[in-house]
Order: sequence, then structure tokens, then C-alpha cells
Amino acid sequence: MEFNANLFVQFLINGVTNGMLIALVALGYTLVYGIVELINFAHGEVFMMGALFAFTIIGMFTIGPDTPWFAIVAISLLALAAAMLFSGALNWAIDRVVYRRLRNAPRLAPLIAAIGLSFILQGIGIYWIGSNNLRPPNLIANNIRSINLLNEWFGLDTRIRLRPLDLIVVGITIPLLVWLSWFVGRTKTGKAMRATAQDREAAALMGIDVNRTIAIAFLLGGLLAGAAAMVTMYYTNTASFRMGFRYGLFAFTAAVLGGIGNLTGAVVGGLLIGIVWQMSDGFVQAYIPWWGAQWTPVAIFGVLVLVMVFKPGGLLGEFTPDKV
Amino acid sequence: MAGTTATPHPATATAGNFDLPADRRRARLWFAVALTIALAYPFLDRALGFNRIGSFLAIAVFVVLAMGLNIVVGYAGLLDLGYAAFFAIGAYTIGLLTSPSSVFVQKHWVPLWMQNFWAAMAVSWAVAAIFGVLLGAPTLRLRGDYLAIVTLGFGEIVPTFFLNADAITGGTMGINPIAKPPTFYVFGHAVSFGQTDQRNWYYLMLGVILVSLFLVTRLYDSRLGRAWQAVREDEIAASSMGVNLVRTKLWAFALGASFSGFAGSIYSSAFQYVHPSQFEFVVSIMILASVILGGIGNVYGVIIGAILIVSFDRILTDVLTDPLQQLGHLLHSETIASHNLANDRYVVFGLALVLMMLLRPGGLFPSAQRRAEMTPESDDVRVAETQTLYDVRTENEPALGERA
Repeated sequence: MEFNANLFVQFLINGVTNGMLIALVALGYTLVYGIVELINFAHGEVFMMGALFAFTIIGMFTIGPDTPWFAIVAISLLALAAAMLFSGALNWAIDRVVYRRLRNAPRLAPLIAAIGLSFILQGIGIYWIGSNNLRPPNLIANNIRSINLLNEWFGLDTRIRLRPLDLIVVGITIPLLVWLSWFVGRTKTGKAMRATAQDREAAALMGIDVNRTIAIAFLLGGLLAGAAAMVTMYYTNTASFRMGFRYGLFAFTAAVLGGIGNLTGAVVGGLLIGIVWQMSDGFVQAYIPWWGAQWTPVAIFGVLVLVMVFKPGGLLGEFTPDKV
Repeated sequence: MAGTTATPHPATATAGNFDLPADRRRARLWFAVALTIALAYPFLDRALGFNRIGSFLAIAVFVVLAMGLNIVVGYAGLLDLGYAAFFAIGAYTIGLLTSPSSVFVQKHWVPLWMQNFWAAMAVSWAVAAIFGVLLGAPTLRLRGDYLAIVTLGFGEIVPTFFLNADAITGGTMGINPIAKPPTFYVFGHAVSFGQTDQRNWYYLMLGVILVSLFLVTRLYDSRLGRAWQAVREDEIAASSMGVNLVRTKLWAFALGASFSGFAGSIYSSAFQYVHPSQFEFVVSIMILASVILGGIGNVYGVIIGAILIVSFDRILTDVLTDPLQQLGHLLHSETIASHNLANDRYVVFGLALVLMMLLRPGGLFPSAQRRAEMTPESDDVRVAETQTLYDVRTENEPALGERA
């Protein structure tokens, strides 16, 4: 059995692109977990709601083949901003209305509330767009979708495809990641977040408004999830009320793989999970005929369990057992 | 604190019914009333022409499931979000052991005695417990919230596996038929388990509920049960007192899973059909909502919770959708006329979980002990301390623990 380099590179490209999107969602888990030590099960659904909001916003415009390119760019940016703000506000509201009231409750209470919230949001998703998979409104023309940049721009004669969509994903993700690392690392609010993550009570004694800092972490996570949602919807060309659940599970696995609570870890984990995902979807099949995309969740779950058993702290984090 | 309620009242230990304290006596009365209604229901069903015995059978199965999950979530305080996976494992085990369409049966790998319903039921009980241990052993030594996400993933993977491993499980075709309990005779009356008359199934399920109830209440007061409560309340204190944390949790996990195996085998045999879609994530949440709604840790509350939640899912959505749509036509409202109440299950279960956590964390019928744990606002000092510590700006707001 020969190693098919072309196929490998192709799925590596897809994996990295996909992984960037997972990283954006994984950051939402890690930001919140780092500060309040809560797995926000509703995060996947916050992501889904962002996609549905972008879906609705874009649906308000009529986009045809003769729509000028700058109008399309303007609509895309508007929808992106709208999705980010919507998801951010939603995540913030969830914290304000539910989690904040449960901050002193026993550990199980916010977790149960989180899974309940995730369900409520899925129900709202059904009311919103029904229970079928839908195609998002046609924002990117099909001829643009199928361009291979390596052939058209670089004149390479290769069957490996690099599509404009891949570049768009990278073009949106990288600035967001840079901005986030600037925000957490260089601003005063970011410093407050790091302090709160280290020791909530000491941070409060230093005059940091803990509730506000936690709210900002939720807001940030929501913003990133909203951006990822809009792009994912076009990358996969589907929208449904279910899209958040599996994506959320994969993103959480990425956060754990990288070391939950660690921002760089979330990005590294996201890229790795994206690559595993794409390899499992396509590459492995060339060698194991019965393997296919339907087994990808099993592969990702395998990664999750293996990490938890052998390296519970993740690749970049340190393992902290329950605090006394 | 654990164990104080477990010690039997001196009077109850020695004397008969009439010396019981008043609340105990009232509880027994309620139990007798409920049991009478449950026993009489099939006759009412036939007399009044409801034809709902199938739905009540499903409710009874979910009561057992909720009792099993209550061991994990209520007694030991571990959040299991993939409980339906064990239900699926139980159902598929009996299907694969007894169905003529199963690969294992066709290849004569299953000994003949095991193709009997009762034997297969015992096997699926054990298999579910083994899977509980397999999943629990690596993850139970981690933090509680990691367990939640691993079980969530497991609950997602198991139906996916059964769906896609179609060479073994029949994939989307599912498995049928499945062995039924053989007909037996009581005082010359044939007791048979058919599809058209599900009354005997219902009584079988009722019997399983009573046995489970006995087991669960005895377990709760046992040494293991008290260890669960200790672990739930304070892991570090419990382990300092010599409780082996991993082993205690593993027992809860395995016993909880084994109930699910029971329920799964009876469910699949009674409805003669196993399909991956019966074990989706929404089922796990339905069972969790039953436990939370009824009152975590209180078996009787959990039974009521399961009856409420599952009768919404199996009866109310069915009965009320038609009148609702008629009403929509009358009001000329397209949204109401085309609304299917089955779509509301997500929001209803979700709201049940969130509202219970916010308003009545102990559930509708909490055990006194659990209520004290889940409502820490009674712990004034701690709340006041953390409150003044966290709230730098918003001094006029109600305190964190205060609810209007």
C-alpha cells in the first residue's frame, strides 16, 4: 500500500482550515473554563445560533449573479459582525441570567443548567429554521467555490486544491486570534481575566470586579463562536439546529487536548482535531475501505478518552486535581 | 451528616405499622394508593377505551431508567449525560442474542439456553454493567465535569456505532423480532406476552419497578449507599474517612448502568424492535430531566418526575397536537395550525432542567438532606462572605443567593 502524498496534503489543507474554525469555538470553552471552571455545554448551541442569525441576515438581501462584488463583501462583513454580536450577546446573557445565579451553588447545578440551556437553544433553533438541514443563502457563487488557487494564481500543475474559501477562513481566523491574544495579554481587562483565572478571591480583593470579568470572558467566547459559525456555515454549505452539538463536542475535545484553560493550547488542539477530523473523513478511507466520515465522531471520542486517561492536563496545560 | 436519616427510627425497627410516626404512615398510605391505581390501570384502560397501555408501558420503562440514573446522579452525585447509551447496549444485547436476524444467532454462536428471554435479560443486565465499568474506570478518577463530557460523547458514539456497524446491528434496519418471555401458567391461567395485548408486559414492568424500588432503597441505606452520599457531599472528607473514591463511584456507575440494561431488554422485547434512533441524546436528557424534576436523590420523587416527563413526551404531545391545530384553524393562525407539540420537547426538557436549578434545585420532591445541600443560601455566612467579596460595584442588587 503506497503512501498517497497528494491525498495527504489535500486533507492536511482541509484539516488546517477546519481546525482554525474549531480553534475559535474551543477558545470559547477554554476562556470560560479557565475562569469559572465550568464546561459551558451551551457553547456549541451559541455557535449554532450565530449561524442561524447570519443565515437570517443574509436571507434579507437578494443576491443574484449580477450583484457587484463589493456589495457581496459588504453583506458578508455585515453578517459576520451581526453573527459575532448576536452570539456574544447571547453567551453574555446566558451567564447573566443563569450561571451567575448559580455561582455559589454546588458543582452539579451549573452543569445541569448548562445542558438544559443547550437543549432550550436547540429547541429555539427548530422553531427558527425547522428540523431539516438547510443550505445557506447563496452568498458565494458556485464558480468561485470551485476555483483552485494553486492552478489559477500560482500556475502549479497539481490536483491538490486550495480554494478561495480556505483563504477566507484563514483570513478571518488569524486576525481574530491575534486580536484575542492582544486583548488577553496586553489590556487591563485581559490582565484582570488572567488574575481572576488564577485566584478568584485574591483578584476580588485586589479590586477586580469578578462578575464583570467573567461576563467579558463569556462575551469574548461568544464573539469568536459567532465568527466561526458564519464561516463554518459557508464552508460546509449547511445550516441546521444540530450543527452546534457535534461541533461543540469536537471543539471541547480540542480544548482538552490542548490543555483546558490554556489559550494557545486551544488553538493547537483545534488544529490537531481539525486534521484528525479531515484525515478520518477522507484520507484513512484510502487504506481502510470500510472507514468513512460516519466513523469520525468515534475517532474524535477516542482521542478525548485517550487524552483524559494518559494526559489529563492536555498537551500544554498542567493537570490540576479538584481544588480543596 | 450522611447516614443520620439512614438510621431506622427505633420504633420502626421493632414495632408494627401503628407505631410509625405520622409522616411515615402518610407515606405508606400514598404508596398504597399509587400502587392500587397502577395495578388497576389496565382494566380502566380497557373499560374506558383509552388504548394507551403501550404509552404506560413506556412510562414504566422510563421509571426504571430514572431510578437507575438516580443512583448515579442523585446518590453518588456524578453527572451522566449519556445514560441512553447503556439503555441502547441493553436493548441491542438482547436483540443480538435472541433475534433470528442476528448474525450471532445465525452462526450458532449463541447457546440455545441464552436465546431464552430471561437468560438474555440477565446477560444484557451484566453487559450494560460491564460497559459502565469500562467507561467509568478511566474517567472516574478525573474531575466530575470531565465525566459529564465523556458520558456525553459516549451517548453520542454508541447510537452512531449501532447505526453504522450495519454488518452486525442491521444499521438503519434495526433488529426484530426479539425473544419474548415464554408463556407460563398461574393457577391454570395462561400468562402470555403478546403484541396486541400488552397488559402482561405492563405488569411485568410494574414488578421490575417494585423489585428495583426495594433494591434501591436498601442500597441507599447500606454501607455503599452511605459511602455514595459521603462522596457526593465532600470527596476529600470522604476519602479521609477511608472511602475508596474510585471504587465507590465505579459501583454507582456500574449499578446505574445495569438498571438501564434491564430496562433496555424489556423495552426492546415489548416493542419488538431495536433501532438506533430510539437512543438519541434527547432520551438521555429526558431521563436526566425526570431525575432533576422529581428531586435528586429521592426515589419516590424521581418516579413521579419520570411519570410527568414521559407522559408529556408519549401522551400529551400526541393527545394535544390535534386540538391545538384545530384551534389554529379556528384562529386562522398558520403557525399554531401547523405546530407539532413533539417539536417542543427540546424546550420543555431544557426548561425543566434550567428552571429547576434556578428555582428549586432540590427538585419538586426533594429529600430533606439533598434540599439542604442544593440550596446553600441557607448557609448564610458563606453566602454573605463570598457576596461582599465579589460584588465590588453592584451593591443594590439582591445578593447572589437571594431569589425574589
